[in-house]
Amino acid sequence: MKFGVIQFPGSNCDQDAYFAALNVLEQPTEYIWHESTDLAGFDCVIVPGGFSYGDYLRCGAVAALSPVMGAVKKHAAAGGLVMGVCNGFQILCESGLLPGALLRNEGLRFVCKHIFMRIENAGTRFTSAGAKGQVLRVPIAHGEGNYYCDDATLKELNGNGQVILRYCSPAGAIDRACNPNGALDGIAGIVNREGNVAGMMPHPERACEPVLGSTDGLVILRSLLAGQGLSKGSVCLRPE
Amino acid sequence: MSQTRVTDPEITPAVWREMGLSDSEYEQVKGILGRNPTYTELGMYAVMWSEHCGYKYSRPVLRLFKRYREQLDSGALENAGVVDIGDGYGIAMKIESHNHPSAVEPFQGAATGVGGILRDIFTMGARPIASLNSLRFGDLDDPHVRFLFEHVVAGIGFYGNCVGVPTVGGEVCFDKSYAGNPLVNAMSAGLVKLDSIASASAHGPGNSVMIVGSRTGRDGIHGATFASVELGPDSESKRPNVQMGDPFTEKLLIEATLEALQTGLIAGIQDMGAAGITCSTCETAAKAGTGMEIDVALVPQRESGMTPYEIMLSESQERMLAIVQKGREDEVASVFKKWGLNAVVIGHVTDDGLVRVRHHGEVVAEVPAKSLADECPTYQLEADEPAYIAAVRSRDAGDVPAGDCSQALLNLLARPTVASKRWVWEQYDHMVQTCTAIFPGSDAGVLRIRGIGKGIALTTDCNARQVYLDPYLGAKMAVYEGARNLACSGARAVAVTDCLNFGNPEKPEAFWQFKEAVRGIADACEELGTPVISGNVSFYNETPESAIHPTPVIGMLGVLDDVETRVSYCFKGEGDAVILLHAGWPQDASGGLAASELQAMASGELYGRLPDLREDKQRALHAVLLELSESGAMRSAHDVAEGGLAVCLAESAIAGGVGADVSLDAPVEPAAALFGEPAGFVIATASADAAAAIIETARARGIEAARVGVTGGSRLCISVNGERLVDVDLAAAAGAYQNSIGSIMDRS
Repeated sequence: MKFGVIQFPGSNCDQDAYFAALNVLEQPTEYIWHESTDLAGFDCVIVPGGFSYGDYLRCGAVAALSPVMGAVKKHAAAGGLVMGVCNGFQILCESGLLPGALLRNEGLRFVCKHIFMRIENAGTRFTSAGAKGQVLRVPIAHGEGNYYCDDATLKELNGNGQVILRYCSPAGAIDRACNPNGALDGIAGIVNREGNVAGMMPHPERACEPVLGSTDGLVILRSLLAGQGLSKGSVCLRPE
Repeated sequence: MSQTRVTDPEITPAVWREMGLSDSEYEQVKGILGRNPTYTELGMYAVMWSEHCGYKYSRPVLRLFKRYREQLDSGALENAGVVDIGDGYGIAMKIESHNHPSAVEPFQGAATGVGGILRDIFTMGARPIASLNSLRFGDLDDPHVRFLFEHVVAGIGFYGNCVGVPTVGGEVCFDKSYAGNPLVNAMSAGLVKLDSIASASAHGPGNSVMIVGSRTGRDGIHGATFASVELGPDSESKRPNVQMGDPFTEKLLIEATLEALQTGLIAGIQDMGAAGITCSTCETAAKAGTGMEIDVALVPQRESGMTPYEIMLSESQERMLAIVQKGREDEVASVFKKWGLNAVVIGHVTDDGLVRVRHHGEVVAEVPAKSLADECPTYQLEADEPAYIAAVRSRDAGDVPAGDCSQALLNLLARPTVASKRWVWEQYDHMVQTCTAIFPGSDAGVLRIRGIGKGIALTTDCNARQVYLDPYLGAKMAVYEGARNLACSGARAVAVTDCLNFGNPEKPEAFWQFKEAVRGIADACEELGTPVISGNVSFYNETPESAIHPTPVIGMLGVLDDVETRVSYCFKGEGDAVILLHAGWPQDASGGLAASELQAMASGELYGRLPDLREDKQRALHAVLLELSESGAMRSAHDVAEGGLAVCLAESAIAGGVGADVSLDAPVEPAAALFGEPAGFVIATASADAAAAIIETARARGIEAARVGVTGGSRLCISVNGERLVDVDLAAAAGAYQNSIGSIMDRS
């Protein structure tokens, strides 16, 4: 399975994602420059974390207009996998591939720490290596991770099983005190209706080796491989 | 070339004095040039001969550092030192102050401090892999101090998080001596292949001189001069001297510079920090024994109408000077263009030893490079022992009333200097680059080095209260504390970088503190075999009200041959043996309380004598800790520092989420046993089975070792000489420790 990791000016988790795909998942992996318009041959495109274009404008807003995002949209439309992490999630929302937006953290400060998140739907290409209700301990590191969408969208996300990850207590309870950024409904990660484009604020690539203090992120990363060989559309959402 | 530019102000004594040059220094400039300097030249000398750039007061004393002396004498001083860690890799590291900018503009001052130190690292061809910072503020009860603290932390986060270099450690202390003059010291470490270290020399006459990165604006003009005077009531007006940081451009500059260096077409490269183009041109030329000719009209500018003086002295951030093989400029420029950065030829290397500056062709400055870079006049300043030293040392530190020891412990845990700094380091991305193996909060930050199985550990340390009581011994203790923190983490100390923060050196008392502290660091580094490979001096940390405690911050690097042998400070579960390893109790029954946090809390004063360091025992303790970490015998290890043994035990218990029951036998007063801060005490834990062997190993090396308790339960209980003095609920202790700073900062 061939991975591509997009490099925007200001991406800073690109090398971490590259390392995770290449050395931990042991898959062929290449960088994709932000000016690239051809994603032929890539099975999974990772939109990594960082501060694309400095995030001096709204986070992800400039990157969403870069040439490569046009190619990402085509890749997604053709059923290819796209996973956005942190700034990548913000970029996917800004580019319209995912609904909603990431607002400033409720506490108004950047937060870097391990959080707990619960798998809400284990029937997706991003969570299938886990189980529904499984609690993962994975780091966050962001100033704008407060997910927001309108009521209709929220209803749709919940109804379709598109909320894949929710912040929770160590025991798995959804609890306001365990929500690190004020995200609506404790949403940490979502997937699109088609099930092939996901975004999440937590960083699975930062929790995929014992030396990093957690390997729970492997559940997400290995899920990407679980659907290998399946043709487009054969893995879809299973709302539960 | 004697004509003065018509637009330049007339040069009068008031002009050079305002720039910071003395009358005799002005005469020296005239002597060097054989004529009157132009306005631009005068500015160049003023900034290069400031203490900040020229070390005119500190250099004679810094010669006590062996490595520095050797490098000065051989002309091999680099931006940051590099340590060989084996397998073909080296670590470049350096610490630098940004105190004065942070005092008047805390957010940008701190942010650009981070940016500046990162450039010192990647200009050597090293990829920055870790940042640390050492911060000092006044009392948090003061709203202005809270403002400074909030914005310094935010500024460090703003810059460090965006550039993608993890902030893996540091320290934050609060003491009223820093109320008007906070300290912001930024440290960075980078990884470099030893065969591809870049040089900061302008080799090869004929080679092109390129300026890369951001455009040049009017920001930061005379920043180095500003750093070389005391802060005063008019310091607010110096805000335009503070530079603005752009971490996004810095990130691009890191990637572009490292990529450009790989082309092999860059003969030399130097970052632009203090004194901007002036410093980078004269230093690179002086180092290579060459000269340089540039035309400042070619420098990409942020605003129109800048004078040569302004362009030469601007401290605009995120710029580098690169010396590029003649004829290959386009290849280098294309790398920078790929990353969206300017790369413009502004001149060439010459062989006449002069820095010649033109403006649209007209020569506006022509000075010997070496006279700017290497011939800053140095001064042997007077040093007198301050009167307070004898007075504070003559008082007995044993009279500190601890009162109820459980309550004293809870109070100490809530003291901002002792309390958890989680509020701080959670605002810093400490995991990006996915190499952080021990997070902030432990004795040292530990990173794995990909591909070779090794690890490095980094720490910053200085107990300025101890330095205040005894600058020589206190500074020495800071170095030993750094080495001990590394040993507790499983790392062998290999090198030091220091940031020497002191008051006005022209006052004999402050200069005496400086000399004594440098002597202490030099001796400690000789004894430990850890050379000072880089550093920075920050004088004039004074306001009209007061001077800071002398604060020589020690940044230290350690190496782990196998990163898997790292040890962190938190208790790892129930039923483990708690072991006290130490270099010996103080001979004086109360000595460990001098300059302690308990003393500061109880009396608001600092007095008494510091206990003997017993250097040989300290080194034996480090060896024991290394042996125990390498054998995997220890489950946790934590150095006793501010707040003493009781706080040390509480920190390990809180972090591990498990209590302990401990009984100490101590030949000192109970308060000193619990809260004294003698150097060389470590609390370790191990499985019950491993404890006996650990104690045997330690004793065989002459180190005191005893099993003093067991982990478990939800309380922390400590008895001294058979009497239970501390009995606290762990949750209550954790509340006091973890919420203290956050709740203070939530006050409006």
